[in-house]
Amino acid sequence: MLPARARRPALAALAFAAAAAAAGASSLATEPAEPRAPQRLSETGLYGPDGRLAATVERFVPQYPLWTDGARKSRFVQLPPGARIDVSDVDAWRFPTGTKVWKEFAWGERKVETRFIWKATDDGWVFATYVWNDAQTEAVLAPEAGLRNAHEIAPGKRHSIPAVDDCLACHGLAPSPVLGFSALQLSDDRDPLAPHAEPLPPGALTLRALVAQDRLRPRRPEWATTPPRIRERDPVARAALGYLSANCGGCHNDRGPLARLGLVLLHDVARDGERDAPEPARATAVGAAGRYVMPGLAPDDSRLVAPGDPGRSALLHRLGSRRPSSQMPPLGSVVADAEAVALVRAWIASLPVAHASR
Amino acid sequence: MSSRRTSAFVTAALAASAIAAHVTTAAPPEASATAADPVARGRYLVKVMVCNDCHTPWHMGPNGPEPDMSRELSGHPEGVAVTAPPALGGAWQWAGAGTNTAFAGPWGVSFTANLTPDPETGLGRWTPETFVAAIRSGRHEGQGRPILPPMPWPMYRNASDEDLRAIFAYLQSIPKVRNRVPQPIDPPAAN
Ligand code: HEC
Ligand code: HEC
Ligand code: HEC
Repeated sequence: MLPARARRPALAALAFAAAAAAAGASSLATEPAEPRAPQRLSETGLYGPDGRLAATVERFVPQYPLWTDGARKSRFVQLPPGARIDVSDVDAWRFPTGTKVWKEFAWGERKVETRFIWKATDDGWVFATYVWNDAQTEAVLAPEAGLRNAHEIAPGKRHSIPAVDDCLACHGLAPSPVLGFSALQLSDDRDPLAPHAEPLPPGALTLRALVAQDRLRPRRPEWATTPPRIRERDPVARAALGYLSANCGGCHNDRGPLARLGLVLLHDVARDGERDAPEPARATAVGAAGRYVMPGLAPDDSRLVAPGDPGRSALLHRLGSRRPSSQMPPLGSVVADAEAVALVRAWIASLPVAHASR
Repeated sequence: MSSRRTSAFVTAALAASAIAAHVTTAAPPEASATAADPVARGRYLVKVMVCNDCHTPWHMGPNGPEPDMSRELSGHPEGVAVTAPPALGGAWQWAGAGTNTAFAGPWGVSFTANLTPDPETGLGRWTPETFVAAIRSGRHEGQGRPILPPMPWPMYRNASDEDLRAIFAYLQSIPKVRNRVPQPIDPPAAN
């Protein structure tokens, strides 16, 4: 059952990645021999024969991690030797065929799953996740439909292994299917207030290292001297918008299908050089009415971000909610991120009320 | 029998309108419609996959309840307020409103979506990819919260890409109806 259906994810990612592909995408379903994820994590190339990380695998740490109910994460990448990343579109990196990226999730010392994405062909990515055994010696390919409530992470709260469709909900419609290996996320100008920031292990890849090792095309030497950062002077605003870019921007950007909402939370490196270019989140959320109405408010009173008024800000409400109809992100966590809620609340409270467009 | 009467009535009432064909049983649906004409294929699929049962509000006609085809596929009418669900228990686990567009159950209260191409309140800003993603993944707008019962996406997801695209093509061809369907109501137990 798995092999037959496992074909679709890669194809879907392909269809989404090329935003213009529109109608042509379905015909690809007839193409032969889609590559598939191996049955075991040990067969993906992450580890060498000695069980240690393979020599060709490198670590990286996005400066603004995704909140997953307090999971401890480790990330690994393997770029084909000598191949370069096409960064001509600074906000949608194109990875060489053969690129593999892994993310391990642990709660406490217990490894629970390792997610894997692999650019197996020139235009298709394979998405898969591997569930660790109790002995912590091997992880096995999860069913395409995922595993609900697989691991208890807090009393009465359980982590679910995502379905492949869930991977695609977050990764499949973003400008690049790789979300955390990007110019802002790898920038050496790391945000000291980023919620749940993880320390950089020795030798971890950063933007400066990629430039120094000549692994980008074009070379982008400016990223070594003026690394990308959120265009906000106030440190709280910087961290809040960085968090929203990483945790929400994969869906809320101006290139994917949710562009129709007009809410753009993804930072745009392309405009970093422009004087006074506003952060997209500031430009599209602050004072905007939005479509979703805060429970208990009249439509006219509800704002995506009401400057100076967290209580009327639907964005904050949805970030802090885990009710199915309102929680944001809509999947991937069962506990709200209290640290992020406090940070975004502080940012909204600090916004001058004068900006309100009512 | 009764459905034949209903159809006859609707057909008579809307004689001038092409949409009457959707409920008529006199003329067999164009089962042969193929991908060559996606809109015709989509019209056929929408008919036999009974989207109208839930997405067109029902009203009481002279011959009993029937879908109000003047509001074809426009979803739960914004003017029909549905508040607290009825008390349910025992064998009765869910209930539907008289319009057949609002449903109460363990999932809270769901309201059927406006499937017309109105850009503000319907599917006007959707792409074929959004529609296919929503039906396949069972996620609101293809990427959001789980789509609630009784929307039969777990069955519809077995349709081919071609058929789903044809359904969408047809839905984009029907008259726009401006109707803002309410947000679903969470079950009391949700935190
Ligand atoms: C709720 C949205 C969400 C879901 C669901 C999700 N991811 Fe991710 N994933 C992210 C974000 C955001 C990042 C980057 C930030 C980070 O790593 O903390 C990421 C990072 C990754 C990485 C590291 C490479 C990269 O893109 O940065 C891998 C590998 C990965 N995810 C695989 C998967 C797979 C496989 C699934 C499904 C089994 C999945 N993810 C489900 C949002 C999601
Ligand atoms: C997996 C994709 C996805 C991610 C990630 C995501 N959202 Fe959303 N979001 C959606 C979808 C789909 C909608 C539209 C449907 C709805 O309102 O539920 C939406 C709607 C919204 C809206 C309402 C917009 C309006 O016009 O009213 C807000 C506010 C919002 N999201 C905030 C966030 C925040 C904050 C985050 C990150 C913490 C986030 N979202 C992450 C998919 C996503
Ligand atoms: C048995 C009743 C029922 C039938 C039959 C039905 N639907 Fe639905 N549909 C619903 C309900 C209820 C919702 C609202 C669910 C929600 O809000 O989560 C819905 C929502 C939708 C949505 C919106 C999904 C989203 O993103 O939120 C689409 C699109 C849709 N239906 C299309 C169709 C099509 C096309 C057909 C026929 C092929 C169909 N439905 C048949 C009950 C039905």
